[in-house]
Amino acid sequence: MVDSPALPTQGWQRDVFDVLKAANVRHIVYVPDAGHSTAIRLAEADEEIRSVVLTTEEEGIGYLAGAWLGGERGALLMQSSGVGNCINTLALQTCTRFPLLMVVTMRGDWAEFNQWQNPMGQATEASLKLMGVLTWRADDPKDVAPLLRGAATMAFDGDSACAVLLGQRLIGEKEWVK
Amino acid sequence: MSAGGTLDRRLVVADLLKDRDRLMVVTGLGSPSYDVMAAGDHDLNFYLWAAMGSAAMVGLGLAQAQPDRPVLVVTGDGEQLMGFGALATIALRKPRNLSIVILDNGHFGETGMQPSHAGQGIEFARVAEAMGYPKVDVVTELQGVEPLRRRVHACESLNLSVVKISAVNMPRALPPRDGVYVKNRFRLVLGHKPA
Repeated sequence: MVDSPALPTQGWQRDVFDVLKAANVRHIVYVPDAGHSTAIRLAEADEEIRSVVLTTEEEGIGYLAGAWLGGERGALLMQSSGVGNCINTLALQTCTRFPLLMVVTMRGDWAEFNQWQNPMGQATEASLKLMGVLTWRADDPKDVAPLLRGAATMAFDGDSACAVLLGQRLIGEKEWVK
Repeated sequence: MSAGGTLDRRLVVADLLKDRDRLMVVTGLGSPSYDVMAAGDHDLNFYLWAAMGSAAMVGLGLAQAQPDRPVLVVTGDGEQLMGFGALATIALRKPRNLSIVILDNGHFGETGMQPSHAGQGIEFARVAEAMGYPKVDVVTELQGVEPLRRRVHACESLNLSVVKISAVNMPRALPPRDGVYVKNRFRLVLGHKPA
């Protein structure tokens, strides 16, 4: 095992987990991203939450549909590149209207060093909207908790597909040269 | 080469769903959905009509949310090929109450019977063994279905079974396509009313 730094007790990274936990989310399914690492570690450590690492993001849509059939809430964490992988599978949400809550860390969005991330990053929000997903963007740390809380309300109380996008201005520039 | 087998898919599925009791069933799009429908519609059936590759993952989510009930995924080789990575995701979780049954005719039946990867040498059973599935078997005779049915209900370990069926399209038995209706009646059995 690799040593991990201590988990933060505050900050937007922590807010993501705390809001999901308060929303009674029992399943956190994810394709890892650095921006989600705190939420993933907290989820893995929480005995009331089942954490599931996926090989590709659309697996999470099927999983959360199944968990909801069984009466439980979940959320899907991923990077913006994974939104492209989800497009066809989003029909499952549209046609059955189960609550689908997604938290998406952005690439190809701002101060992106790797321009290969830009095509999907620039198309992420429009792609989600094309498939009927409601979207919100957080670029300021103080917006993460209220936006995610509101998205959770509209997903779980309104059987909607909701995505909160965490912008690169929030996450910070990726350091490529150390 | 092992392009499917000789079993009649409708007989296999009818036997598999006998005395189903508390069993929850998820079906992959296409013929497996029709096979399960032909065996009798049921409130605890969840039929997929799209989202190809998702059946096993719906089964995983359901099995983890309802750990005290058996969950059976009935899908085809083509559908599971599109969810190949899902087999790895499920292998890590190993829910005891989940069974995946792949009806393998070695072909993409819904689109004109083109040979599939499974029909050209990719054996799901060997893949599942390599991934560490605790119970894997290949059913080539109808007598193999009853032991499989008992395993599904026993909930003793994650199991994956490949049933070698003949590459014949049967008359379609169409399950309901209204996904909201199917979802709501399923959840109602478990005590969850629509909002």
